[in-house]
Amino acid sequence: MNRSVVLDLSKLPPHGLGTASLTWWGTLAFMLIEGTGFALSIVVYLYLMSLAPHWPLDAPPPDLLPGSGLTALLIVSLLPNMLIARWARQQNLAKVRIGLVIMSLLGVAPLFLRVLEFPAMHISWDQNAYGSIVWVMLGLHTTHILTDLVETLVLTCLMFSKHGDNPRRYGDVSDNAMYWNFVVATWLPMYVCLYWIPRL
Amino acid sequence: MIVRDEVEDLRDTALDEVQLDRRLSETWSTPTGLWGALSTVDHKIIGRRYIYTAFIFLALGGILALAMRLQLSEPEARFIGPDRYNQIFTMHGTNMMFLFAVPVMEAMAVYLVPLMVGTRNIAFPRLNAFSYWMYLAGGLLLWIAFAVDTGPDVGWFAYVPLSGPQYAAGKRADIWAQMITFTEVSALAVAVEIVVTVLKQRAPGMSLDRIPLFVWSMLVTSFLIILAMPAIMIASTALILDRLVGTHFFNPAEGGDVLLWQHLFWFFGHPEVYIIFLPAVGMVSTIVATFTRRPVFGYLAMVMALVTTGVLAFGLWVHHMFVAGLPRLGESFFTASSMAIAIPAGLQIFCWLATMWAGRPVFKTPFLFVIGFMVIFVIGGMTGVMVASVPFDTQVHDTYFVVAHFHYVLVGGAVFPLLGAIYYWFPKITGRMMSETLGRWTFGLIFTGFNLTFFPMHILGLQGMPRRIYTYQPEMPWSGLNMFISLSAVILAAGFLLFFIDAIRSAASGPAAPDNPWGASTLEWATSSPPLPYNFARLPVVGSLEPLSNNSETLSVAGGLSVDRRELIVTSVVEALPEARESSPGNSIWPLWSALATTVLLIWSIFTPWAVVWGSIPVSIALIGWFWPKGTPEDDT
Repeated sequence: MNRSVVLDLSKLPPHGLGTASLTWWGTLAFMLIEGTGFALSIVVYLYLMSLAPHWPLDAPPPDLLPGSGLTALLIVSLLPNMLIARWARQQNLAKVRIGLVIMSLLGVAPLFLRVLEFPAMHISWDQNAYGSIVWVMLGLHTTHILTDLVETLVLTCLMFSKHGDNPRRYGDVSDNAMYWNFVVATWLPMYVCLYWIPRL
Repeated sequence: MIVRDEVEDLRDTALDEVQLDRRLSETWSTPTGLWGALSTVDHKIIGRRYIYTAFIFLALGGILALAMRLQLSEPEARFIGPDRYNQIFTMHGTNMMFLFAVPVMEAMAVYLVPLMVGTRNIAFPRLNAFSYWMYLAGGLLLWIAFAVDTGPDVGWFAYVPLSGPQYAAGKRADIWAQMITFTEVSALAVAVEIVVTVLKQRAPGMSLDRIPLFVWSMLVTSFLIILAMPAIMIASTALILDRLVGTHFFNPAEGGDVLLWQHLFWFFGHPEVYIIFLPAVGMVSTIVATFTRRPVFGYLAMVMALVTTGVLAFGLWVHHMFVAGLPRLGESFFTASSMAIAIPAGLQIFCWLATMWAGRPVFKTPFLFVIGFMVIFVIGGMTGVMVASVPFDTQVHDTYFVVAHFHYVLVGGAVFPLLGAIYYWFPKITGRMMSETLGRWTFGLIFTGFNLTFFPMHILGLQGMPRRIYTYQPEMPWSGLNMFISLSAVILAAGFLLFFIDAIRSAASGPAAPDNPWGASTLEWATSSPPLPYNFARLPVVGSLEPLSNNSETLSVAGGLSVDRRELIVTSVVEALPEARESSPGNSIWPLWSALATTVLLIWSIFTPWAVVWGSIPVSIALIGWFWPKGTPEDDT
């Protein structure tokens, strides 16, 4: 078959950023998968609650302090997270490096509070179905904090290496920031579900 | 910032066709040898592997079906004992759904979608390689377990409490649940790849209303996978936790609920039917258009029907639970929605009929399978409307009527179009034609064998024969029909055997296929058969729904891409306007290491929860190895 060149693409940028980046869309798709998982865990919680004669089953409502502290910390972390996304768009290496160090610390800090959240539930996973679902919900979200933390740590190392100063890496940094927003956003309905619904 | 030297950046516009092919081959080829095979990220090689593997699982599942037919051919037969029979019917269903039907549809998409949208590789090609290894590991886990008498024996939907800690001692149910994890990880990965490939890597000019119907069907299917599969992953994880660490999700004594399992399973399980059926619909539309020599009637209606089916698919799951004693209002709602899904399905049937009516049908083998599909699927659809009614369903629930119904829907609705699709795309994939004579015989045997095998099962069901029984007494009025069915199954098996013989023989020594043997109009036929590693020497530019029919001598293409790195075009979602030249990751062994590490974690975690902690260390190392830049032109910008 003959080919006739009708379009010149030589002036296109050699890498897409934002919505022109494939990884941006891929991150979005994975967020949809995981968001569905989070939503279903809340549905399971509400389903079990609807069957129970009283709720929580054989336990007092969870202590508010660790979970609320973690929620506040996650919300505060959004500010540096948004700044790092902006610095990544500006391809400002020095600021991105500082931002990644801060975000790494802000990925570690919630884990300390999360460790306190499990006992604050006053129930173990193997006591009853209420205990099972709250542990799984906390575990599911902790997995996401851990995953993003590892990714942030690797990116931090990467940005301090010779591979760092590259539009592709800045795209990775801003996708990672987007993913952290997702980790925070999915926690908020879970927080309401775990801590406030038992108080209704 | 790194500023790349523009002089070093060689573009395709500076090269003639011969030089261009040579340079692109250097950049895109998969090295020969074992290492090359293990590290390739070429969507065509991985797609072929997926297809071969899925068909091997089809053959294995078929052998299990024949074993069951042997056992049921006469009353009180003693070929297979009850325990092995439980494993066999569970393996048959699990294997056909999770290791054949869903993967084979995704496999066809992995191979075809990048070609049909005119790009050079699938989005996230390393994830694609990873997904294949995960799929293979999940399949091996299931079959090796079966070989050592640890195959799951709790039915393909593994209802609790039968599959729970109380009634399913040993590891059989865990094997089932963890096989789910393997295949769902793999399916979700491919779904993400397909979504991003279709949304962002379409050829310039391929606006939403110019996307081939098969690609549309795979896009909708991928969204179904993304939204449905988390439910089964949560369900199977909860089952493993109940069995391993003593959670109580499905234990009514401690506030759990057995129906929770059914809700979660069927919230996935019903869309699963459409995950299998919608790609088949896309294949039918493609084959109908080609063999009637005209575009499918009602393109917009077809796309809307696909989307509507996808949405309605999530509102039907309770019709699998009509005998579970749910509130009557709920049952009425799900009856209505179950009947409503017949509307988009019927609409598509009428559009295909209109296309055939207005076109000039050419009755080649792929088209024969499409006609077989229409006959069988319509029968399956009609029994579907019957079982959507609660009183009727209550009578035939768990009988052979349901077995007949879902084989009509799944084999008629998916396997017939798939076989047609294999005959249709075989020349593109292998560069050789399959035999038309053997194809007609294959179709005749499978069509006849299928109907003779499965139609009498409706009658058996109405006569009260329950499914999943390993034998029955001679007093029951079922033995004559059962013997008839078992003999008919031999005809069906002969048809499949002939298909495999034809495929293997043609791949080795069939006549060479031209680029476009059927005179089709979609982009995969604009390149050589089989396609070169880079798919298209110059990426096509699309100006209509049928890019090859308006001006079949000349293909409009784009120029200006780099040949030093694997490069493709990213375009906008709606209009497919070019946005960027983008690199596509090169071959890598790390997806294999990642899949191996994940496999160790998942299988280990059947035995101890600590596997999740310690097993995640090698997984993390492998993933870091995967993503760490290696200084290649693809990693740079």
